[in-house]
Amino acid sequence: MSDQATLGIFLLLTLAFPVGAMVAARLFRAKPRPSQEKLLPYECGVDTKGPSWMRYRVNYFLYALVFLAFDVETIFLFPWAVKFQQLGLFAFIEMIIFIAILLVGLWYAWKEGALKWY
Amino acid sequence: MEHLFTNIAQILTSWMVSLGLPPIWADLILLIGQWTIIVVIVTLNVIVLVWLERKISGFIQERLGPNRLGPFGAFQTIADAMKLLTKEDIIPSQADRWIFMTAPMLFIVIAVMLYAVLPLGQGMEVVDLNVGLFYFISLGSLSTICLLMAGWGSNNKWSLLGAMRSVAQMISYEIPLAFSLLGVVMLAGSLNLSEIVTAQNRYWFILLQPVAFLTYFIAATAELNRGPFDMPEAEQELTAGAYTEYTGMRWALFFLAEYTNLVAVSALAATLFFGGGQGPWLPSWLWIIIKTYLIMLVFMWMKWTFPRIRMDHLMSFSWKVLIPVSLANILITGLGIEFFRGMGW
Repeated sequence: MSDQATLGIFLLLTLAFPVGAMVAARLFRAKPRPSQEKLLPYECGVDTKGPSWMRYRVNYFLYALVFLAFDVETIFLFPWAVKFQQLGLFAFIEMIIFIAILLVGLWYAWKEGALKWY
Repeated sequence: MEHLFTNIAQILTSWMVSLGLPPIWADLILLIGQWTIIVVIVTLNVIVLVWLERKISGFIQERLGPNRLGPFGAFQTIADAMKLLTKEDIIPSQADRWIFMTAPMLFIVIAVMLYAVLPLGQGMEVVDLNVGLFYFISLGSLSTICLLMAGWGSNNKWSLLGAMRSVAQMISYEIPLAFSLLGVVMLAGSLNLSEIVTAQNRYWFILLQPVAFLTYFIAATAELNRGPFDMPEAEQELTAGAYTEYTGMRWALFFLAEYTNLVAVSALAATLFFGGGQGPWLPSWLWIIIKTYLIMLVFMWMKWTFPRIRMDHLMSFSWKVLIPVSLANILITGLGIEFFRGMGW
């Protein structure tokens, strides 16, 4: 079997594991009919005020944006790192320039306050 | 002893083929066997690990820890597991039902899938994937989505806060995690985990990449949401973070997956930095178990020794310290390789 097929079958088998666990729990667990209060969101004994699905600070979004830039860079860096010893000095200098550009990006985000936590 | 399990697998395959089974079916049955062994070991290991963690935390805090059930309280976690199995299953009425229900299941699936590429001894990986390391990192980063699903689906303010925090933390620490592994990849020239182990025949990479190991270790602690980086589920302020609304088996699945991830991350550290299954006298599969357990003990020691880190410190530590350090590590590793090649080594 090819690696991908093996992984696929492994994934199918693994998907069965939590389903099996839930079925086992269903057999054993207590099943009283819960009261209306029990099904409310937990908030230390008081009723929830307002919706919980609310708008969020822009901070998280800024981190996500910077993360995206760096994560894409990781995809570029991995193949380079694998072939690093065959590629020689030219590839090394090229990658230094690439990383330098990214560091400028990090510096810019830092300067603009995207990395600040309010 | 060294080839005990690989020999058993070979004998089983040839026996099944001799019975007239097509080789592909023999492979399939073997794969199901391997999967079963992995899942059973993972589940039982978590029981041992929880007991160990409670005992160690007791030792560090000068308490006794669990000591009632069985010798040294060893059966405590089994009793806990039985309790969780019989707990009633509560889905809050305002929850987003499907997202709430699938989040823990996906979390454990991702955690178990990590074991498909880990070499648990020489020639003992389920799939000898040529991009094994990349597979590991990319799958590991998927668990962020599960936490967000759990937090969003619960429709609870604690859960959402915890989930947003853990997403912010996990995406921040994922970058130094991936960057710190680049140094190892450059030295080994491969993403295949068993080839990286072979590349450590002369030196373990901890000697050549100490900075990368430290970065990996810190970033992995944050990825696992373990103390001192357990801000997302800081029980004093967020109850249990994204897990607040989960009960019984669903909560147990989250718990299981967290410890499964811990074992996987420690096993990866042993593979990449401590020579995998290499070592004198003992067989390779025993060595990897010993090394993984030692690394996990350090993880537990960290958790119970350091105070929790504040959220703003936590984020700035990743972006302003770990990422520059890990980038510098890549450059220095590159310079070192070029230098030693120039010297003709």
